[in-house]
Parts: sequence; structure tokens; C-alpha cells
Amino acid sequence: MGQAGGHPAAVQTPHTATGLDNRKLGMWAFLGSECLFFGALISSYLLYRGRSIVGPYPEDVYDIPYTSVSSFVLLMSSLTMVLALNAIQRGDHRKLRAWLLATALLGITFVGGQVFEFTVFVNEGLTISRNLFGSSFFVLTGFHGAHVTVGILMLLTLFGQSLAGHLPTERALRVELIGLYWHFVDIVWIVIFTIVYLIP
Amino acid sequence: MSIAVPTRQPFFRRPRATSGLVSWLTTVDHKRIGILYGITAFVFFIIGGIEAILLRIQLARPENTFLNEETYNQLFTMHGVTMIFLVVMPMSAAFFNYLVPLMLGARDVAFPRLNAFSYWVFVLGGVFLFSSFFLGGAPDCGWFCYANQSTISGGHGVDYYALGLQILGVASLASAVNFIVTILNERAPGMTLMRMPVFVWMTLVVSFLLLFALPVIAIALFELGFDRLFGANYFNPAAGGDVLLWQHLFWLFGHPEVYILILPAMGIVSEVLPTFSRKPLFGYAAVVFSGIAIGFMGWGVWAHHMFTTGLGPVANTAFALSTMFIAVPTGVKIFNWMGTLWGGSIRFTTPMLFAIGFVAMFIIGGLSGVTHSIVPSDFQQQDTYYVVAHFHYVLFGGAIFGLFSGAYYWFPKVTGRMFSETLGKWHFWLMLIGFNLTFAPMHWLGMWGMARRHHSYEAGAGWGFWNLVETIGSFVIAISILIFMVNAVRSIARGKEAGADPWDARTLEWTIPSPPHHYNFAEIPTVHHRDEHWHRKYAEDEEGTPVPVVAGAQEHDEDAEEEHPEPHMPDPSYFPLLAASGMPFIGYGVIYKFWPVAILGLLLTLGGLFGWSLEPVAEEEH
Amino acid sequence: MTGEPCDTNRAVIRRPTRRFLRMAVFTAALAGVLAACTRDYPYNSLAPAGPVAEKQAGLFWLVFWIAAVVFVLVEGALVYALWRFRRRSTDDRPKQVHGNTRLEIAWTIIPALLLAGVAVPTVGTIFDLAESPPGAMRVEVVGHQWWWEIRYPDLQLVTANEVHIPTGEQVVFELTSKDVIHSFSVPRLAGKQDVVPGRTNTLNFSATEPGTYRGQCQEYCGLSHAYMRFRVIAHEPADFEAWVQSELAQAAAPEAGSLAEQVLPTCLACHSINGVEGPTGPPQTPAPDLTHIGSRQTIAAGKLPNTEDGMATWLRDPPAVKAGSKMPDYNLTEDEIDALVEYLRSLK
Repeated sequence: MGQAGGHPAAVQTPHTATGLDNRKLGMWAFLGSECLFFGALISSYLLYRGRSIVGPYPEDVYDIPYTSVSSFVLLMSSLTMVLALNAIQRGDHRKLRAWLLATALLGITFVGGQVFEFTVFVNEGLTISRNLFGSSFFVLTGFHGAHVTVGILMLLTLFGQSLAGHLPTERALRVELIGLYWHFVDIVWIVIFTIVYLIP
Repeated sequence: MSIAVPTRQPFFRRPRATSGLVSWLTTVDHKRIGILYGITAFVFFIIGGIEAILLRIQLARPENTFLNEETYNQLFTMHGVTMIFLVVMPMSAAFFNYLVPLMLGARDVAFPRLNAFSYWVFVLGGVFLFSSFFLGGAPDCGWFCYANQSTISGGHGVDYYALGLQILGVASLASAVNFIVTILNERAPGMTLMRMPVFVWMTLVVSFLLLFALPVIAIALFELGFDRLFGANYFNPAAGGDVLLWQHLFWLFGHPEVYILILPAMGIVSEVLPTFSRKPLFGYAAVVFSGIAIGFMGWGVWAHHMFTTGLGPVANTAFALSTMFIAVPTGVKIFNWMGTLWGGSIRFTTPMLFAIGFVAMFIIGGLSGVTHSIVPSDFQQQDTYYVVAHFHYVLFGGAIFGLFSGAYYWFPKVTGRMFSETLGKWHFWLMLIGFNLTFAPMHWLGMWGMARRHHSYEAGAGWGFWNLVETIGSFVIAISILIFMVNAVRSIARGKEAGADPWDARTLEWTIPSPPHHYNFAEIPTVHHRDEHWHRKYAEDEEGTPVPVVAGAQEHDEDAEEEHPEPHMPDPSYFPLLAASGMPFIGYGVIYKFWPVAILGLLLTLGGLFGWSLEPVAEEEH
Repeated sequence: MTGEPCDTNRAVIRRPTRRFLRMAVFTAALAGVLAACTRDYPYNSLAPAGPVAEKQAGLFWLVFWIAAVVFVLVEGALVYALWRFRRRSTDDRPKQVHGNTRLEIAWTIIPALLLAGVAVPTVGTIFDLAESPPGAMRVEVVGHQWWWEIRYPDLQLVTANEVHIPTGEQVVFELTSKDVIHSFSVPRLAGKQDVVPGRTNTLNFSATEPGTYRGQCQEYCGLSHAYMRFRVIAHEPADFEAWVQSELAQAAAPEAGSLAEQVLPTCLACHSINGVEGPTGPPQTPAPDLTHIGSRQTIAAGKLPNTEDGMATWLRDPPAVKAGSKMPDYNLTEDEIDALVEYLRSLK
């Protein structure tokens, strides 16, 4: 639903019975589903915590300082995401692109950090087939990393669209939707980091 | 979109066809998608029925050798998977797709291309699953495929199960999001939630159940897949894995799933009974709230499938109680349906017969379900034919009868023609008789100890005679379905013209022509009542008796069309089909660990999604 | 009946006679149903032969009759409504009733109360059946694809596919599996419990009378799931003692130099025979204990009779009898088969 004249699209009520744009409602519904997705994975991890018959065990491989730094990186990417949305809503497309790129780069740093971390674990003998810890850890964090990767692809797509002039202020909703997804993925990481890494 | 955005030349031209094969491959029209779902689901119904007939032939005699163990195990697995995931769910989707926008007074669903995507993923997923028969053997682990039999099973059958169901899950999840947004957002002005038809309410509840249940089985299937393909230990007892984790995850999905299977049919029955009783649904609010209650309570009963796994008396008690109490909202619906009939003016058309048949058979299935909740008695019933009897009474006597009721009820709306009532009645009575012949004896065979999933059974255990009766019954069912097919084909070709409202019905879909224009409503209606269409036709006198309103039904169409130009609808698109097409490739690539094929699939899907996100909903030029 | 006068002279069957006939037919049907249901078919859960199965059947009948009454009332009301309110003219315009709050509350509360009533004996029985009597004899049941390993830890006894118990005494069965989930089901005595790898489940029951009670695997476990049967044989306590003594006796080795002696080492790679040592020591792969195979009622977990023919059929080609059998076809000659059969049937 566009508006001629290029006004900021910030407050525009779509013609829907709830007043929420279809796509926003759809994204919330999808994220609700994702809660169960990660919930089931986290539950499986919790069920198997402490039940591996052979090592390596979590205390043997975890590097909490390292993972804390990469968690912080992801957390910062949520901030840059908010700044990106704010930029497009104000009509500042240069800042939009800058913050989008920053978010993507922070996300790439996070994923890169995870890949490195996994490589170290594998070298220390922890594989997906080694024990319960290996299976439940890699699958849980791997799915999370895959979600981050999809988010990065979407961010870069938005960046490219903006660069090509196809992301005007009227389409700010797209940035908002990706933002919702990105924040969700970040919150899931907070939960995973707390439950998997921090709580012994 | 009327913004000054430079139009780009797309990679290939937007499809424009409105007839012919390409128009069906690229359609985003909810009515066409509904028809596609319906026909595809019916084809799978025939296939699933043939699987059942083969099983019944093997079981007609003790120690029969018609089918060997391998074939039997694959057939009973695929019969269950087919009927649940490829028949009842997509047939319900056919009804959701066709009817929900019409009942809401909308022009289409919220996300038309996502809708098409759901359909194509479903078809390709079903074909993928069935291809296993020709590629080394279909899954043979049972429709619930318990670990760790599933993880050690040789061949690739179980891999097809894991990946096939994942693909089908994507289709249903997309569908769920679509209908939640459609129902919450696309209602016509004046249609509050409590003025929506019950069928729409049931669609909403089912969509939420799908939204939350599908991720759980997705995780279970991923864990199963990783165990088999990458040596993970989720269900490996030697590594300390708990095989019961599979059962918990599966049934956390599985129990809401059975409500996903039955609520649409309950919604259909809630539309059919009032029309042919000439009375509104008795206790609309109670029917709606009991549906919601079932949706919530359905999450708290899953372990009643696991009473014999050794959970302990406390857990068994908790689930026994929750299972007993979910019978209460179900009973409420039955009584409300009977209240609808009571005091009405009942006309026994074919859809009405099937709706009444639903109620009659579901009472039996519901009662046998209550007996399952009695844990010590369930220690005898579990894994016997008593369970098979129960779920066929609710899924066949319930869901399938309900879906046939809907098929006959909306046949005139979809095709514009009336079907033969004579053939319809033959179908109903033969199916009712055949169904009861086939499934009623399973109750006592189960109590006499006949086990499920045994490809052959002993002589001298008292089971032979009734098994033969059941086999005969299954053939009677098959004949009744042939009659239905003849009726459908002949009526589409030569049936009497139906008109907009052949049944003197109550809801908005009967206000528009049969079949509807592709844009549904020339003018979006404004809704003032529940059963809006009925209230336009009839007012009520002091005693509540309907009195026809002069020219009440005739208030639209030709005049409106002159005033309003034909509304512009979303354009067809290739991208849903393209995005869906990658899925089977991913499946095959992963199963055979042939990664180039998997990557190709991923690129097809991602490319399809990418192109889709860049494509506008409708082209500028019109 | 309508208000028409009943011409008792002309009616074909008089009204009191009709009523009597209806009652007679109904009672006969009822008796027929009960008789059919409780026939002593080998796996009939409604012909209980032990206290546990009796309690289970008792609960079933209680709920069944309540459900039957509900069924008659509700379906009866349905049929009545369909007849009474059928459309009589096309102008029928019934009153548009939307609901009746009191009725709806009633038919919500009454089923809830009925269920609460049923819940009481149910929960009581759940806890009753879960109690393991202290000091009871223990039997370990280990499920394998597709046979049952039976161990008596307190008696130092091992057998397969047959469980012997004394009558009148509760026995505690400890159930586990070596491979996949199975289910230990003996309907006339106790229903079932699943046999799960990585867990030990418990089933307690006793048999009232001596006899043979048939059991089967009731959780899909692969190709030969249908052929994983077992028997529970209950003896008077004195006879049970005698059985224990005979089971504790060692088996005699085959005659030196006989064909059976030559072939037996192959068997002993997997099977154990108490008193006969295998060439490679204890069996590597679990297989049914054969020490007293000659005295069992069936072989191959209930698939074949324990006769010369039955045993020969098995030895000739095990996978042909039970698809997927872990025991391969050893391509034994007919002489080798005969020799083995003779030896094994001597192990009573």
C-alpha cells in the first residue's frame, strides 16, 4: 500500500481487521512457531545434560570468555539493526545501508566465530556422533547458526536492494520484518548461551 | 503500488495465462488452489485405499501368504502416512482454501503466492514419499516410526519418511501462517470474530495447532535424520540416549495432530447441519469455545499414547485425567449438533446424511477413546485392534464422513452443477454399512488380543471369522467410493445448473454465483449478523419463525458489477512452483549423500524465494 | 404408540407378547455378547486368569456399560430427533432457536461428573497395579529381535520364550530390551508393558490356576514382529519346584564322535547349553538358551511346534521361517539336521 508524495511511512494503518499489516502478523506467527522449534531442541539438550557416557564433556571444551565475546557481537548487531530501521523510517538511506551492512558484518563475525569454535571442539574430539553432548550441542547451535546465516542473506539482500534504489521509505516494513526475525534469533542465542554455556 | 519506482525487466515475463496447463501451474487463486488440493488429496485417498484393501486381503485368513512381511510392513506404514498427511490434511486444506475467503467476504487469502507454494510443496512432497516404493522400499516403521527401530532400520525407507514428512511440514506451516493472517486480517467490514462461520473458527484453531505442533515433529525428524545420516546419538541407548524422547516429541505433535485432523470436519458439520435443519447452530459460542478448549487441552494429553512405556503411576494418572476431561468439550459439540437438529425441519440430502453419519460414528469413536483413558484397561487395549477400531471410527467415521459431507455440500458452489442425489445416497448407505462391517469387529478382536502390525496372525485364536467379515466390509467401502467417483464425473459433465444458493443456506459464499467469479465479490459485503446471508433472506417474527424478506437475496451482482469495474486480483506467478521444486532435490541429495543434487535443490528453492520476494504482488500495467 | 385404538383381536402379535419378545431378544443378544466376549480364546483379555487381568477386565466392563448406556441414550435421541423433526413440507419454517444456557451447562457438567466418577476406581487401580510386593520372585525378561530371554536371577536359571511361574504367587517381571522396543503382552494374565532398551520396566502379576497362557510381542519391532510369541506356564507350587530342579540340571554333551558333536560348536558360538562348553568360550551373540530346549512347547518363539519336523524346518533355513532372522542358513545337510534334532530333543 503505497503513498504518493514520499511521506515517511511510519504511521500508516493498513486496511486490515486488526490494523496490523499482513506481513507483520505473518512474521509474528512464524516467530511463534520458531519458539517451539528451538524449545524442542533446547529441551532435548537439557534432557541429555550430564548423561553422556564418554567425554569430551562441556567443561572440557567450553571457552566461556571467547563465547561471551561472540555473544556480545551478536547483541550489538541487534542494536545496529534497530538503528537501520530507524534510519529508513527517517528517510536516511545512506545510514540505512551503513547500519544494514554493519548488522550483516557483525552477524558474519558471529557465525565465523562459531565455525572456529566448532573446529576447535572437533579437534578436541567432540563430534556429533561422539556422545550425547556432541549430538545435542552441535544440532542446537548449528540450527541457530543456520538461522543467523539466513538472516545475513536477507540483510545483504536488503542492502543490495537499497543500493539499487528499490528500497524506498515506503517499504520500511521490509526492514522492520527482517529486524523482527533478527532480534528473535538474537534472543534465542541469549537463551542458548545461558542454558548451554553458563549454567553448569 | 503507485510509487515512482523504476520498473525492471524481470528475468522472464510474468505469466499471464488464464486457461490451460500453465494457468494451473502458476495460479495464485485460492479457489483453483483449493480444487488442486482436493483432486490431489482424492487421488492419494484412492492410493491409500488400495493399500488398505491389500492389507485386508492379507488379513482375510490366518497365516495368509498373500503379502510377505516386508511388503506388509511398508503397506501399513504408507497407508497411515498417506491417509493422515496426504489425504485428510490436504483435503481439509482444500476446503480451507476454497471457502475461507468466501466465508469472510474477502477476495483471496492474505498471501496468495504462499498459498500456491504450500500446494506445490505438498504435491512434490507426496510424490517424493511415494517414489520410495520404486527406490529400494517405502518406509516400513509404522506411521509413528518409533525409535530405535527407526534408527537401526536398514535401507532408505525411514530416510524417506524423515525427509518426506519434513517437506510436507513446510507446506502445512506456510498454510497455517497464511490462514491465521487471513482470518484475523481479511474479514469483511462488520464481521467480528463472533460473526464468523464455525468452519472459519475451526480453520483458525487448526492453523494455530499446526503452527505450534509442526516444529516439534520437525525437531524429532531432524534428530532421527541426524542419528541415521551422521551418527548422532539422540535415540542411541548405547550412548545413553533415551528412545522414549522420540515418543514424547512425536506425540507432543501427534496429539494436536489428531485434532488438526478432526476439527475441519467438525467445522463442516457445523455448517451443514444448520442449513438442512433450517435452524441456526445451537449454541454457537459453546461450539466455538469448545473448539478452542480442545485446541488448548490437546497439548496436555500426549502421553496417553505411552501408557505402557513405564512412565510410572503418577504420570499415567495425570494423563488419564487430562484425557478423560478432553471428552467434555467434545461432548458439548455433539450435544450442540443434536440441539441444532432438535426442533428443526430436517431435509435428508446427501451432505446431510454424511453429516449425521459423522455425528453417529463419532459418538462411538469418542466413547472408545474414553475407554482408552482408563489406564489399567489400556494396558490390554494398547497395540491391539481395539486402538485401530477407535481411530478409524473417529478418522473415517468422523473426518472422512465430514469431508464427504462438505464435498457434496459445496459441490454445487465449486462446479455450478448439482450432483445425483440417488447415487449420493447409494454412496452413503454402502459406505456406512461397509465402514461398520470393517471396523466394528476390530473392537472385540482387540479385546480378544489380536495385535496391530502383525503381518500374519495365528489360527485357533478366535480371530479368523471376523477378519474375513472386515475384509468383505472393506470391499463394500471400495464400491461406495466408485459410486462417488461416477457421480462426480457425470454431474460435472451433465448435472443440473445449481445457481447461487441451491440449499437455501446461511453464509456468504452462497451470495455469489456458482462457480464464483475469480474475484469472488464484485463489492465487498458489509456484515451485520452472524449467518449474514440468512438474515438478508429472512427476518424473524415475534416467535422466532423466519419470514422471507422481499428481494432480500437479490441485492447485488449485476448492478454492482456495472458500478464497480472488475477488481484487480494478484497476478499468477512461477515462483511458488520454482521454490517448491527444489525440495525433492534436497531430499534425494541428503538421502543418498549426493551433495551436488542437494545443493542444486537448495539453489532452486533459494532462487525461487529470492525472485518471489522481488516480484510485486500485481504488475503495474493493468 | 399413537392414540389409535389397538384392536387386540386383529393385531398379529399382541402388545404384551411383543414386549415380552423384545425383552427376550434383547436378553438373548446381551447373553450372546457376554458369552462371545468371555470365551476362552488364548489371548482373550476378557477371560482373565489372574487377579491383575481380572481388575483390568473389571474396569473395562464398568466403563463399557456406562458407555453403552450413554450410547443408547445419545444415539437414541439422535435417531428420534431425525424421525420426529424430518421435513414434512417445503414451507416448514422452524423457530430459530440459538441455544439454551441451562441445557448447555447441564450437558457440560453431567459428563464431567460421570468422568470424575470413573476416574476414582481408575486411579486406585493404577496405583494398585504399580505396587511391587517385596520379596516376590523376580523374573528378568530381555527382549531381542525376535525372541524372549528369560532369566531367574534368584534361582540362577536362564531359559527362552517360556516363563514358568507358580500359581497364586505374585511374580515381579523386570523388563528390558537388548535392541529395539518390544512389548511383553500376556492378555489373560496382565495386559502388557513395553520392553525398552536403556530402561527397566516392571510388571507384577500372578496366575490363579495352572495352565498355559499365551503371550506375544505387541510393539512393532521389525520384520518378524508377528512371530515373537511366548508362553507363561503356571504350575502348582510343588510342580514349579520340580520344574526348577529339572531346569537347574546340566545338559549332557553329544556322544563323542557323533555328527551332532561335530556340528554343535557352530551353534555354541551364539547359543548357550549349560554343561557343554563352546570352542570359543561363552557365546558372543545372544541367542536363546538351549539347555532344556527339548521340554519346551514350541520353538522359534512360538512360530513352530516343538516336533522333529518343526525343528528340522527351522534348522534347514531360519531366515525362511522368520524373515530377518539373526540366525543364518548354515546349509546343513539333512543328516546334520537329523543329528542335531535328535540331540536337541534329548535336552529335556
